[in-house]
Amino acid sequence: MAQRAVLERDPLKEDQGPDGITGKRLHLPVMPDGLYRTILAAAAALFCLLIVALVVTLVVQARPAFVHFGLGFLTGTNWDPVHVKYGALPFVIGTLETTAIAMVLAIPVGLGTALVLVHAVHPKLRAPLSTAIELLAAVPSVVYGLWALLVVAPWVRSIIEPDLARTTGGTGPFSGPQLGIGLLLAGLVLFVMVLPTMVAISRDVIASVPKEEVEGAYALGATRWQVLWRVVLPSARVGLLGAVTLSTGRALGETIAVTMVIGNSTAIAHSLFSPAATLSSVIANQFTEATEPFHLSSLIALGVVLLAVAVLVNATARLLVRSVGRRSASSVALA
Amino acid sequence: MTKPMTEPLTERQLGMATEKALTPPPPGNPVMRLRDVGVAFAGRTAVRGVTLDVPEHQVTALIGPSGSGKTTLLRTLNRLHDLTRTAQVSGQVMLGDIDVYGGSISPTLLRSQVGMVFQRPNPFPTMSIYDNVVSGLRFNGARRKALLDEAAESALTAAVLWDSVKHRLKAHASMLSGGEQQRLCIARSLAVEPRVLLMDEPTSSLDPQATKRIEELVTELKTRVSIIIVTHNMQQAVRVSDYCAFLLMGDDRAGQLIEAAPTTKLFEDPSDERTLDYINGRFG
Repeated sequence: MAQRAVLERDPLKEDQGPDGITGKRLHLPVMPDGLYRTILAAAAALFCLLIVALVVTLVVQARPAFVHFGLGFLTGTNWDPVHVKYGALPFVIGTLETTAIAMVLAIPVGLGTALVLVHAVHPKLRAPLSTAIELLAAVPSVVYGLWALLVVAPWVRSIIEPDLARTTGGTGPFSGPQLGIGLLLAGLVLFVMVLPTMVAISRDVIASVPKEEVEGAYALGATRWQVLWRVVLPSARVGLLGAVTLSTGRALGETIAVTMVIGNSTAIAHSLFSPAATLSSVIANQFTEATEPFHLSSLIALGVVLLAVAVLVNATARLLVRSVGRRSASSVALA
Repeated sequence: MTKPMTEPLTERQLGMATEKALTPPPPGNPVMRLRDVGVAFAGRTAVRGVTLDVPEHQVTALIGPSGSGKTTLLRTLNRLHDLTRTAQVSGQVMLGDIDVYGGSISPTLLRSQVGMVFQRPNPFPTMSIYDNVVSGLRFNGARRKALLDEAAESALTAAVLWDSVKHRLKAHASMLSGGEQQRLCIARSLAVEPRVLLMDEPTSSLDPQATKRIEELVTELKTRVSIIIVTHNMQQAVRVSDYCAFLLMGDDRAGQLIEAAPTTKLFEDPSDERTLDYINGRFG
């Protein structure tokens, strides 16, 4: 019966009720466009405001140090709170060095892992392996620090550092006493810590390369290696640069684990085996004991420098992405 | 194909292939022979029992409603199912006297002999027009610039694209229109000098004008290469093909070959009632 009632309704008159009596159409509450726009704008504005407030507070608090030391704050190599001398250069160098060690390892290992996950591993293993790698990102940084200090440091001191010194002749960056803790260990810990980011993003980027492109290459007689190197990676390169940028950002700012294993020396390290310090590790180490106003202001100034380094790295990556996008059609032409 | 082809083509061999293509053997000779070919995905049969001879230097159309296994069957011919772990191909596919699944030919070498054009144009977006055309040759190990240049011009000319792109070979492939991109993909396949070209609904994403030009191209190309084209458009099958195979999904939901015949015969006087029903638009 009910079915017939539906069939008998005139489809052109939607407002007709089931009994033929004109009824009211059901109206869902519609949010007016203006209100919707206001809510979105407010959310966006709040976020921008937070960033501006953060930067302004940092700069204002760091002002005394910048005003007093001028550019010397950046180029000074001496950090001596007792004699009120503050130079940030050793920490800038330490930050860049640890990040560089981490990324030199993380880029090939992360990319390789992502390629294997997407293109080589049995589909049934893909999800559990991915989860395992992503779990690495869930381990608290202080746990990494403990593990590095108690387990990896002795291993670095007794195996990796002597081996490196022996194969390279123990000169330059491989000279000096082998302590375990220091730049090298900090870089290694950072490598493990940024690996999940690197793998997770690269994996998604590589998996999003259109299937048509991959099949197109196979259909032309390409081997698996050729498909990966000449089609998949070039096609994914912009996204892969994004993965590198995000991982680098993580490595630059990572604090606790680095502080625990880097040795916290305020001198510029002359060897991979030397203890050093990064911008963030100095802040974490000295913040609680910074009672003298100049000391506190200088620590906040380190924060500003760290922010600037991070922004700079990001901007460079963006420029790189843009130039890669533009250059992509360059090739040997006929004629 | 007397010697077993297990190594990549050398530049000289590729050059010889160019000369050979000018003198095609008499038509009517099967270039590919399928014997009881079936495909299953994760144990579920998608196509079964296809036995078909594909004539050389003719256009063979695979027609049938959606789900009849046209594309699935096509992808057995260049072993593209190898990329899908759950796929299982049974039966025998012969290319000339090479057993495609017999182990005497590697999938990569096979695919340089059996090219493929896809539903949607898929030029490599990071490569220039030139790099796209010669990509197959490079995959197969060709390096000499003179040879690549010659092959690129020849293939682009054959795909009726040379005149419109010869001044912008360095340009991005994505700058081309959809129809031009599809012709670029055809040129890319032709550059490797395949014996067979598989086309999987090559005009389904193109406008009528571009479709017309691809169809004209298909008919022109058969002196150079044997073509197997999947289409859901029966008018297209009539326009471009010499030989036609009709597939249909059976009661077990697996595609099977109903009949294969010269196109005029299949459309004017089909032997099977189901073919008649399909070409008269009674289903599908």
